Amino acid sequence: MSRFSKSIVAAALLALTASAFAFDTFKLGRQATPAELAAWDIDVRPDFKGLPKGSGNVQQGNDLFEEKCASCHGSFGESNEVFTPLIGGTTHEDIKNGRVGGFVKGDIPQRTTFTKVATISTIFDYIQRAMPWTAPKSLKPDEVYAILAYFLNLAEIVPADFVLSDKNIAEVQKMMPNRNGMTTNHGMWPGAPAARGGIGNGGKPDVKNVACMKDCKKEVRIGSVLPNYARTAHGNLEDQNRSFGPVRGVRTVDGDAAVARAPAQSAELTLANASGCMACHGLSSKIVGPGLNEVQARYKDQADAADRLAAKVKAGGQGAWGSIPMPPNGHVKDEDIKTLVKWILSGAK
Amino acid sequence: MVDLSKKPGHLRRAPENFLSEEQVKAVGAGRRDFLRKSFLAAGAAMAAPLVARADAAGDPDILNLPPWTTSLGLPVATNPYGQPSKYESQLLRRESPGLTRVGGASVSFCPLQGLFGIITPSGLHFERHHQGWHDVDPSKHRLMINGSDPAFLKQPKVYTMDQLMRLPPVSRIHFIECGANTGLEWGNVAVPTVQYTHGMLSCSEFTGVPLKTLLEDCGVDYKKARYVLAEGADGSSMTRTIPMEMVENGEVIVAYGMNGEMLRPENGYPLRLVVPGVQGVSWVKWLRRIEVGDMPYATKDEAVHYIDLMPDGMHRQYTSIQECKSVITSPSGGQQLLETGFYNVTGVAWSGRGKITRVDVSFDGGINWKTARLEGPIQNKALTRFNIDWVWDGKPAILQSRAIDETGYVQPSYGQLRAVRGTKSIYHNNAIQSWKVVESGEVSNVQVL
Ligand code: HEC
Ligand code: HEC
Repeated sequence: MSRFSKSIVAAALLALTASAFAFDTFKLGRQATPAELAAWDIDVRPDFKGLPKGSGNVQQGNDLFEEKCASCHGSFGESNEVFTPLIGGTTHEDIKNGRVGGFVKGDIPQRTTFTKVATISTIFDYIQRAMPWTAPKSLKPDEVYAILAYFLNLAEIVPADFVLSDKNIAEVQKMMPNRNGMTTNHGMWPGAPAARGGIGNGGKPDVKNVACMKDCKKEVRIGSVLPNYARTAHGNLEDQNRSFGPVRGVRTVDGDAAVARAPAQSAELTLANASGCMACHGLSSKIVGPGLNEVQARYKDQADAADRLAAKVKAGGQGAWGSIPMPPNGHVKDEDIKTLVKWILSGAK
Repeated sequence: MVDLSKKPGHLRRAPENFLSEEQVKAVGAGRRDFLRKSFLAAGAAMAAPLVARADAAGDPDILNLPPWTTSLGLPVATNPYGQPSKYESQLLRRESPGLTRVGGASVSFCPLQGLFGIITPSGLHFERHHQGWHDVDPSKHRLMINGSDPAFLKQPKVYTMDQLMRLPPVSRIHFIECGANTGLEWGNVAVPTVQYTHGMLSCSEFTGVPLKTLLEDCGVDYKKARYVLAEGADGSSMTRTIPMEMVENGEVIVAYGMNGEMLRPENGYPLRLVVPGVQGVSWVKWLRRIEVGDMPYATKDEAVHYIDLMPDGMHRQYTSIQECKSVITSPSGGQQLLETGFYNVTGVAWSGRGKITRVDVSFDGGINWKTARLEGPIQNKALTRFNIDWVWDGKPAILQSRAIDETGYVQPSYGQLRAVRGTKSIYHNNAIQSWKVVESGEVSNVQVL
C-alpha cells in the first residue's frame, strides 16, 4: 500500500467516527461536467428555477396534444375513458379566489389535475420529464409551453390567442384556480417545522386515541361490511391462501372456475407487455385501442391481414377503429411485430 | 366454503360414533350447516362418500411411506437460484381488479396473509410503478449529486456503482408502505383480504451508503441547503422532496442491497433511496440524481397526488410520515377457521415515528383489549411481529389490533380518524382494522367506528 492511499484510509476511518466527512474524503467520484448537469438537471421549481427559455401558443398546443396526447387523455384533456381527466371542474370564480369551489362545498364531481394543482411549475416539470407516457423526455421546451398554453386556455385561465413563455409563466401561476388550496399545517413532515423555517407543526398528530383496556364502550358500532360483489371481485380467495396451516382461504368462486388456476402467461403476452402494446390494448376489451381479440374477430378471414397489420403496427395510424390514432411502434423489432400480429390473429391469450 | 376433506392428518371416524341420532337425521335431511360450528371433523367424513369410512389402523400418510421417504432426492444446484416449493403457488403479488387502468402505472399487493416474521421475501415485495419498470444495466448507471444553486456544494459529482459500493455501508431493517395503503377503505369496506387492504407494505434489510456520507463528500453546505430532491432514472424520473434533517441524522440511505442480495429490478435495481418511516413514493427507485436546495419542489407526486384532501376542501401537502399502524394478518379477511379451539392470532405493527412499544388485541370489537406478545427484534421504523393466544369458542367475534409507538401515539379508530380527516383524503389511512369471524368460521372485512 502506498503512503498516499494509507493516508486516505486513515482519514476516512477518522471521519467515520466523527460527525461529518470532509470534502472529497474518499477520492471516489468525480466532478460533474456542465454538459452532464444540463442533461440531467431538468427540474423546474415553484419559483421557476430551472425553467428553460421558450414559448408556445394555444393553437400549437392544440395540434401537439391531438398528435401526442389525445390517444390517452382524450381530445380536450377531459376524457374519462382511460385516465382521470386533466382539465375541468374549475370556474371563473375559482380563478378569482384561488380556491376550487367544488372542494370548499364538498360537491366536486371529479378531481381533475387542474382542480388540485396549485403551481403551474409542477405541470411544466412533469410533462417535460414524463410525457408522453410511452416516449418521455421527447418534447422540446417550446412544445411543453404550447401544450400548457392549450391546457390553460381549456381551463379558461388564458384567452385563445395567448402565448405562454418563460417571461409570463410566473404571472399565470398567480391565476391557478386552486393556488390557495394547499396547507402544510399538519404533523406529517419529517423535517424542521415551519416555526424553524421548515414545513408543518413539528410532528404533532391530529388524532388522539387512548389505550383503554376494559369496558371501553357499551356497544360495537359496525360502520360498513364487505359488499357481496367485492367478495367475489378478487377471484377465488381459496387460491390466495395456503392449502394447509391454521386457516384456509374462503372459496368465493363456484364450480369449475374455482379449480381452474390462472394459466402461466404466454411468451407472446410477455413480449406484448414488454413492447408497450398492453398499455393501450386489452386482450378482449378496448383500452385506448381495440381489444386484441376484437382485432382477430375482424380480420380472421382475410388472408393478407398479417402483413397489412404488421405494417400498420410499425407505422401507426387511425381510422380503422375510430379517430384515436395508434402511434408508430418503431422501437419494436420487425420480427417481434410479426410474432405479435400472428399471435393476435390466432386469438391472443 | 373450504373442502374440509382436505384437512390432513385427522383420523376419520364413522359419523354415527359421535353424532347424536338427531344430528344424523338432520344430516340425512340435507341440513349440514351445524356441522361447521363445532363438528368439523364430521364435515370431513360427510364430504367423503356417505359410506362411513374409518381409518382404524391409523393415518395412511403415516402408514404408507411416501416417495420422498423411499427414493433418492434431487442433487445440489438443481435450482442454481432457489425457488419456493411448488406447494406455495398461492401466495403471489396480485393486482386489485379495476383499481388502475394500465399495468405500467399500477400496484401489485404483497400477500401479507401468509407471511411470517418481519422480513418480506424479495420476490413478494409490493410493486408500485408510475411508468413501468426496467432492468437497468448497473455498469451504465450513475448517481449525480448537484445543487439547485452552485453555492450549496463545493463540487457537483458523479459516482459509478463501482465507487458507491466501495464506500462504508450500513445495513438496516425498515418497513416501506405506500402512502395510499388502505386508501381504498377510507369511505367503506371495499376489498376482501389483508393483501388488498394493507398489502402496499413490505419490510426488508437494506444495505447502502448513508446519503449524508455522499453529500459531505461533495462538500454540502448544510446551512444553505435544507431540502433534497431525489430523482429516478426511469421514464417517469420520479421526483420527491426530502428534508435535510433526515439526511443529517444519517437515516436516509442510498441503497443497493436488499435482504442480502442486490435490489430486485422492480424495487429499483441497482440503486434506490431508503427514507425510513416515510411513504414509499419518496424511496425513489433507479435513483440517478440528488439535488440539494433551499425550498421544497412541489413535484407532480407532491402537488397533484400524495396530497390529502380534508373536509374543509384544503389539501395537506408534503404529508410524508407513515403514522403508527397495525393489522392482524391471520386470521384475516377471506380466510376460514377450520374448527373451534386454539389459534395463534398474529399480525404486524409499525410506525414512521420510531419503535413499536405495545400492541393490544381485542376479540370483541374493541370493548376489551389484551396486550399481545411482541416478537423481537423490535427495531426503529421496521415491521414488528405480534402474537396472542386465542381459543375460539365457535361464537361470532370481531378481531382488532391497536399499536402504540415510542412517542406514545395510539393507533386511532375509524371514527376518530374520520372525525378529523373526513373520508376523501385517499392517503394515510392508519385506522384500526377489524376482522369479523362468524359461526361458520369465515372471516370477513368490517369497519367498526
Ligand atoms: C400512452 C398513454 C399516454 C400518452 C400518449 C400520454 N399520457 Fe399523460 N399520462 C398517462 C398516464 C398513464 C399517466 C399517469 C402516470 C402516473 O401514474 O404517474 C399520465 C399522466 C399525465 C399527467 C398528470 C396528470 C395527473 O393528474 O396526474 C399529465 C399532465 C399528462 N399525463 C400530460 C400528457 C401530455 C401533455 C401528453 C402528450 C405530450 C401525454 N400526457 C401523453 C398516459 C399517457
Ligand atoms: C398509445 C396506444 C397504443 C399502443 C402503445 C399500441 N397501440 Fe395498437 N392501436 C392503438 C389504437 C388507438 C388503434 C386503433 C387504430 C385505428 O383505429 O386505426 C390500434 C390498432 C391496432 C391494431 C389493429 C389495426 C387495424 O388497422 O385494425 C393492431 C393489430 C395493433 N394495434 C397492434 C398493436 C401492437 C402489436 C402494439 C405493440 C407493438 C400496439 N398495437 C401498440 C393504440 C395503441
